[in-house]
Amino acid sequence: MEVGEIYRISGPLVVAEGLKARMYDLVKVGEEGLMGEVVGLAGERVLIQVYEDTSGIKPGEKVVNTGMPLSVELGPGLIGNIYDGVQRPLPVLKEKAGDFITRGLEAFALDRKKKWEFKPTVKKGEKVKPGEIIGKVQESPMVEHRILVPPNVKGGEIREIYEGSFTVEETIAVLADETELKLYHKWPVRIPRPYLEKLPPVVPLITGQRIFDTFFPIAKGGTAAIPGPFGSGKTVMQHQLAKWSDANVIVYIGCGERGNEMTEVLEEFPELEDPRTGRPLMERTVLVANTSNMPVAAREASVYTGITMAEYFRDMGYDVAIQADSTSRWAEAMREISGRLEEMPGEEGYPAYLASRLAEFYERAGRVKTLSGLIGSVSVVGAVSPPGGDFSEPVTQNTLRIVKAFWGLDAKLAGRRHFPAINWLISYSLYIDTLNDWFKNNVSEEWPELRRWMMEVLQEEANLQEIVQLVGSDALPESQRLLLEVARIIKDFYLIQYAYHEVDSYCSPQKQYDMMKAIKRLNEMFYKALESGKSVEEIINVDGIVEFLKSKYEKDYKSVLEASLEKIKKNLGV
Amino acid sequence: MKEYRTITQVAGPLVFVEKTEPVAYGELVTITLPDGSTRKGQVLDTSRDIVVVQVFEGTRGIDKASTVRFTGDIVRLSCSKDMLGRIFNGRGEPIDGGPPVVPEEKRPIVGTAINPYARKYPREFIQTGISAIDGMNTLVRGQKLPIFSGSGLPHNDIALQIARQAKVRGQEEEFAVIFAAMGITYEEAYKFMNEFEKTGALERAVVFLNLANDPAIERLITPRMALTAAEFLAYEYDLHILVILTDMTNYCEALREISAAREEVPGRRGYPGYMYTDLATNYERAGRIRGRKGTITQMPILTMPGDDITHPIPDLTGYITEGQIVLSRVLHAKGIYPPIDVLPSLSRLQKEGIGPGLTREDHKQWNDQMYAAYAEGVDLRGLVAIVGEEALSERDRLFLKFADEFERRFVNQGKYEDRDIEYTLDLGWELLSMLPERELTKVEKKWIEKYHPKYRKKPPEVVAAEKIAAS
Repeated sequence: MEVGEIYRISGPLVVAEGLKARMYDLVKVGEEGLMGEVVGLAGERVLIQVYEDTSGIKPGEKVVNTGMPLSVELGPGLIGNIYDGVQRPLPVLKEKAGDFITRGLEAFALDRKKKWEFKPTVKKGEKVKPGEIIGKVQESPMVEHRILVPPNVKGGEIREIYEGSFTVEETIAVLADETELKLYHKWPVRIPRPYLEKLPPVVPLITGQRIFDTFFPIAKGGTAAIPGPFGSGKTVMQHQLAKWSDANVIVYIGCGERGNEMTEVLEEFPELEDPRTGRPLMERTVLVANTSNMPVAAREASVYTGITMAEYFRDMGYDVAIQADSTSRWAEAMREISGRLEEMPGEEGYPAYLASRLAEFYERAGRVKTLSGLIGSVSVVGAVSPPGGDFSEPVTQNTLRIVKAFWGLDAKLAGRRHFPAINWLISYSLYIDTLNDWFKNNVSEEWPELRRWMMEVLQEEANLQEIVQLVGSDALPESQRLLLEVARIIKDFYLIQYAYHEVDSYCSPQKQYDMMKAIKRLNEMFYKALESGKSVEEIINVDGIVEFLKSKYEKDYKSVLEASLEKIKKNLGV
Repeated sequence: MKEYRTITQVAGPLVFVEKTEPVAYGELVTITLPDGSTRKGQVLDTSRDIVVVQVFEGTRGIDKASTVRFTGDIVRLSCSKDMLGRIFNGRGEPIDGGPPVVPEEKRPIVGTAINPYARKYPREFIQTGISAIDGMNTLVRGQKLPIFSGSGLPHNDIALQIARQAKVRGQEEEFAVIFAAMGITYEEAYKFMNEFEKTGALERAVVFLNLANDPAIERLITPRMALTAAEFLAYEYDLHILVILTDMTNYCEALREISAAREEVPGRRGYPGYMYTDLATNYERAGRIRGRKGTITQMPILTMPGDDITHPIPDLTGYITEGQIVLSRVLHAKGIYPPIDVLPSLSRLQKEGIGPGLTREDHKQWNDQMYAAYAEGVDLRGLVAIVGEEALSERDRLFLKFADEFERRFVNQGKYEDRDIEYTLDLGWELLSMLPERELTKVEKKWIEKYHPKYRKKPPEVVAAEKIAAS
């Protein structure tokens, strides 16, 4: 270990002298041993970003280099836990220090006392490669934690392997070269974990949200950005994705956001049931919470902490989804540190390396063949908080250059309580074509066509609205006025989906298909009725339409939908 | 303690001192001028060669002969229950002529972050008696809900009305109010003080005053003083605290001033890049903690420069706070008080604070319906401006009328009118009954049958009158 002295302190930036250090080494700053990371070397001086408040620290105090990069602990005990940006478990911090996070606290990410039931899946004498699965631990009823040979270990023949109950630090296997394997290992957060090869993203991440699954789907292993001004529902959408995505493991990163939002997840997720397994959602969730008032440098680290844990579960052959809320706060943390380092700023004061850092982060997503030969994926959805809701700002623009799905939130829609407030005219997904086959094979042949038709109606409506704004809807021919009404039904019935409605919060692909099909049938009836001489007013006020629109809130939606369609058909006489 | 006469540079609010013993970051500094007067400051940057001090009371009169003393401690507030009923300046010194506060505890004014794991989600409905807030954007205990205003709008009246009327139903305890003024005029401050005295609220209030002619840099510590007092009273004495911070725009200007003096790389419109973090360290000091009785509810007020909601100050605030109450100049010009524009307003914690047992069972759906109907009416106004009202369909005309009535009867109310939540909801139903029933798609039939005036015998005014008569 190397020891140096503090030369200068400026907020989260500390400059040390006489310290031997490499870039990104983890250091302990001052008498209290605050955690910090080396972010620059300048002559004899070492620049350190400190993850805790630096008030009261003086020049001359010591700085100790641990010689290790910032790493996370990976092993049983991650699921259901909540960590700060540098993987300190918040429940342990509360136990140690009370309700407020004080300085200089140290805590292991994984419980050192808890015993886990380990079952080997390989035998003595077998040869194992790095990244290979050697056994399993049932971590939660939803997650079978597969124990890997750490990717940074050489592997080789297994000399000993034990079955039984172990803490994370006890030896569970010994390799021929004397390497002792444990239930956990460490991995530096800034280095992507290795895999064999990347695979094309051809399976959708089903989110249960109609606007996403139908119109702008994301693939497993894909990337999406969800930018929007405040109050447009970014966090609610991120929560929805964390709740309903059909991933095996969810890593939710609260990066520089509100404390109460993390509390909401903590209070709500243990109560909510996974629609597929019926188990509490918390049993597949890992939380990283570095709220806006927690130290800014730890906020910078939090996204790396989160994605490293996600990659670890991917390496077990799982589909993992990350929600990063919000990547703008992460970028701002970079800007703040960069400003203190007196680096030459790029656009709007952000560092010139903003684009490359964002790209590096999103590139850690993907569907891969793991070192153990399984298929796993990490999907990343990043919220973006553009200042003033202006999408031309650097973080949004640099993100859009990387991600393949763009879900643009719209303050206007939010203002009239159209939720989710995703603007269907500006959003896009580049996964539509690659995922069409999946939807055709697993839901219905008609899926792509129904989607195309609904989008066409919405596009046409947008064009017509421009005319209506000028001359009023009375000036339009009947058939076009009817189209406006059909578009209204698509919006009210299909696009609007209440996150807080017990039934409507999650919509299965099958239900999505049934609803689309029903709208199509309704549309055909409407136009037939128009041809037979009924007026638009008569058609849209037809008895049965109210039941139709409310059918989505029923658990047994199908029978209500059918009944209302029959009623409408009869009343329209078509 | 050593004193230094090594000031080498003074730039705006900053003083640079050389050749000192090690000085801690954030340390409190006293500067003594040749005439014997003193100034307080805080260390912003420290190294072996040079220490940068920001002086709270301005640098006028400081010269190289002034002496600098580092106190070895960070900035603290003397906390005691006796703070209640007292008036302090922006640095936490009493200015009401009373004795100094005997501290039970001296707390650092830079609060530490609440562990998110220790928080409890705010759920208790606060009835403010203002329909546009209670019905449309409900405030809950432990929330941080700012008022986005513009110069000349009656945000102070609204803040006072809330401070006067706020209560959690079924609980007798009143809120204790902590009022922090940053850079407001004497007249405005006088109005607040006068009102506090008139209603006897001062006994349950702590006031920190930094007026327009007080030093700008002092504004950087005023809200932190107020929030430290709030935390002390909430968590040591189990009080429910309502913190009013006005005007956060002045606070942000002071932040920009310091940043410019330090020659930092500016972010948007010259505000420092860390303004989000800085604001968050203030706003996030609100909430509830598991196992503790006291709560902190925050109501910061800010005036949007040029009524521009995308200006960095309201923008960054909105990203941190749990919603916002937006005031509208148009409504104000129409003579509507409070001129709350409900469309851009939002309460993020509303969903958990309303419903059966909290407000009323129909509230959630009622809320969606009221929003949708008003938004549609407002949209139609744009159309009317172009094509005239005649071109509208019968249905559209009803929505147009709804929007007008909504503003005139629902939003508009007296400054001393304290409406209970039932009255607010019933009034909303009465307005909704102007629309055809089949347009009420957001509410379930059972609520329509229970609360729609068509199905009820008596209008809400009559019910209210009966209630008063009965009591």
